[in-house]
Amino acid sequence: MPDTVQITINGTAVQVVRGCTVAAAVIQAGRSEFRRSVTGQPRGPLCGMGVCFECRLTINGQAHCRSCQILCRDGMDVSTSD
Amino acid sequence: MTERRPYDVVIVGAGIVGTAVALACAQEHLTIAIVEPDVVGGGATAAGMGHIVVMDDSEAQFSLTHYSQQLWQTIAPELPRDVEYMPCGTIWVAVDQQEMQEVRRKHEYYGSRGVTTEILDEPQLREAEAGLRPGLAGGLLVPGDSVIYSPYAARFFLQRAQAGGADLYSGVRAVKLRQHDVVLSDGRRLATTFIVNAAGTWAREFTPGLEVRKRKGHLVITDRYPGHVRHQLVELGYLKSAHSLTAESVAFNVQPRMTGQLLIGSSRQFGAESSEVDRRILCHMLQRAFQYLPGLSRMSAIRAWAGFRAATPDKLPLIGKSPAQDNVYLATGHEGLGITTSLGTARLLVDQLLNRRSQIPVEPYLPTRHMEPAHA
Amino acid sequence: MAAAASAAQAGAHVGVADDNPSFGGQIWRGQETSPSTDLAKLWYQRFQGAKVECLRGCRVFGAEEEKTLVAETFDGWAELRFNKLILATGARERFLPFPGWTLPNVMGAGGLQAVVKSGVKIRDRRVVIAGTGPLLLAVAAHLKRDGAEICVVAEQASWNRLLRFGLGLTGQPSKLRQAIGLKRDLSGVKFVANCWPLAAEGSDRLESVTLLSGSTTWKVPCDYLACGFHLVPNAELAVLLGCILADGFVQIDDLQRTSVHDVYCAGEPTGIGGLELSLVEGQIAGYAAAGNPEKAKSLFARRSTLRKFVARMDRTFALNRELRSLTGDDTLVCRCEDVEFGRLREHWSWRSAKLHTRCGMGPCQGRICGPALEFLLGWRVESIRPPVFPARVGSLAMAPESHAKQC
Repeated sequence: MPDTVQITINGTAVQVVRGCTVAAAVIQAGRSEFRRSVTGQPRGPLCGMGVCFECRLTINGQAHCRSCQILCRDGMDVSTSD
Repeated sequence: MTERRPYDVVIVGAGIVGTAVALACAQEHLTIAIVEPDVVGGGATAAGMGHIVVMDDSEAQFSLTHYSQQLWQTIAPELPRDVEYMPCGTIWVAVDQQEMQEVRRKHEYYGSRGVTTEILDEPQLREAEAGLRPGLAGGLLVPGDSVIYSPYAARFFLQRAQAGGADLYSGVRAVKLRQHDVVLSDGRRLATTFIVNAAGTWAREFTPGLEVRKRKGHLVITDRYPGHVRHQLVELGYLKSAHSLTAESVAFNVQPRMTGQLLIGSSRQFGAESSEVDRRILCHMLQRAFQYLPGLSRMSAIRAWAGFRAATPDKLPLIGKSPAQDNVYLATGHEGLGITTSLGTARLLVDQLLNRRSQIPVEPYLPTRHMEPAHA
Repeated sequence: MAAAASAAQAGAHVGVADDNPSFGGQIWRGQETSPSTDLAKLWYQRFQGAKVECLRGCRVFGAEEEKTLVAETFDGWAELRFNKLILATGARERFLPFPGWTLPNVMGAGGLQAVVKSGVKIRDRRVVIAGTGPLLLAVAAHLKRDGAEICVVAEQASWNRLLRFGLGLTGQPSKLRQAIGLKRDLSGVKFVANCWPLAAEGSDRLESVTLLSGSTTWKVPCDYLACGFHLVPNAELAVLLGCILADGFVQIDDLQRTSVHDVYCAGEPTGIGGLELSLVEGQIAGYAAAGNPEKAKSLFARRSTLRKFVARMDRTFALNRELRSLTGDDTLVCRCEDVEFGRLREHWSWRSAKLHTRCGMGPCQGRICGPALEFLLGWRVESIRPPVFPARVGSLAMAPESHAKQC
């Protein structure tokens, strides 16, 4: 089993270590802003354990996924805009 | 221990109806007090969908909803932004040709009474709402309907009334409605000429024998999905559900909020006293909703809750003098139309307080309508 | 894990559900394949060796009558039927709002650690750690081992209290060893007591933190702020099931039984007590639920000792009242709905504020803003309703199409 998987983040293909969460992959790709708050402020992960909802991303077309609790899978398409 | 000089009116309950009445009274320069033990707009006002809609279950219902909706349209430009008034319209959705007949009937009915509606065939329906499942027959678009965030509307009405001199007694409850005053739970007495019972599902506590029953409903709200649904969507079976007197029923009813959140309903139950979410009914309600908007299933639901509507036996609200108490007027029993008819109710009630003719016939809503005539 | 392993050992048919993709919770996040401490190794061995059905990525959001929980899985929903239930839902960090706390790269102390354990490389990144409690030191040590540059550890407790606590450790050899170990790991790291963040600065992400200690303030340029003020129990599911709380914690008896028949609770939801206490409580609950109260009782003494230690920790790290001044009127408290403190202060209760500002109506269901408001205004977050976590509408509806599993 290969040690890395490939996902796309906002259209760019990225190799990530197997076992890495989507949130970690996005941060590793250099992105701190995951989403915008309801009044448009930049936000990123806060709690790291799935209760704050600030790490929400659109994964494979499904909005509002808590990326800190989702492991990267080969071929995942991750987007930081709704 | 009487508090200050007598009020013209003391209003029991600061929900959408009570606050609308307060505003209407203030606009007539009546001196008023409003008593609210809990949060302003914290009862059915907060629990329900803020849908402003014309309905045609009966001529009287149409008359009141239409009248009131026009009042909403007039006040709309003054509403603060956070009331989130959205003139998104309603689409009554038809699943088959039989329901399309009902669509045509409604189109006629509304058209002949000055309410513009548009019949949508299947392709037009899909274009208006891409999320609806294929295979529906069509629908009726009512562009004049709108949605609001109700608790803020109640607060706005109250603030306007207070600006006009109204006194709010909050955190205390009215315990006795008497001939010349209202006794509060902290012992204070508010001397008054008239009392308005706008206490919704609690109205019976103040007017014994009132035929107002609690009709439980459920709602679910999703996370933000802007643009997914653009109109309030209601199935034609909704009226059957609201009309029926059976123990329980569900009907598809989805509201888009300005935030992009979707509010999913609806359910009706008599005889349920607890405000706990009933899983069985919730599942039933949601599964019915999937039959119209299959995409709902994958959306994130943030909260689910239940609340109570104040329902009367003939499905029309009670607006007017209480048959049981001399100086008490009722403004309650609005079932699922409290938001819509709040402004109309307020006008009709104030007309009666001032012995003034109303713009629409009031007989159908008078609390005395249930009584037998005194003589042949 | 301790509860599951113990219950299985005592012969029960055991299932474990966790909303994360792997087991270990916060403390042992990411260690399933490579435990880092001896204690972790021991427990992973026991757990993996036990006959336990593992449900990963399984988030309980509601309950049915008749001993059934409803949970959301990655692509569906599941019903979990039980004879006995052990709740080990852990705790989350309390965040105290201050200007700039919502900037990206401001995280919890455990939060940053979790994110690093999940794959973020922290080498050569500058980190400020702030808040309170031994967690700060544990996080600092861990991040330093991973190559982070720890700018400073800012602990809000006073030197006085910390010294007394340190002296008290002499009576607890294992704790003392741990403390000495930590000190060694953290040699060279600046540690300041009676210190907390006044503001986080940056335009679209964190660039620096301004700290205050006594009357001195200074600005620290950094890449991350790891900041947490105690842990609060994840008691929502317990409340949903009808368990009585005392002071926000799930009330339990000697055998870790809650007020609800056949429902047990172990670990942080019964009282914040740390790893070892959680392990002991887990074992007690596991043995008790599996019908072996004698084995459970054999651990009572150990639990007592650990609890005494916890009580002393609580006193040492109690939150300084001055921290209430961190939150200005235009500081956001509710991050889901962007509600500032000034608007919330106008209300007299959580309920009133919720209805009129929508604070608490967002997806976090008050988990982040609630503990902050409890500290700032004394409000208790009330009325837990299902779903206790946001769940797909299809799961809430228990739609037949997405029914993944029944246990």
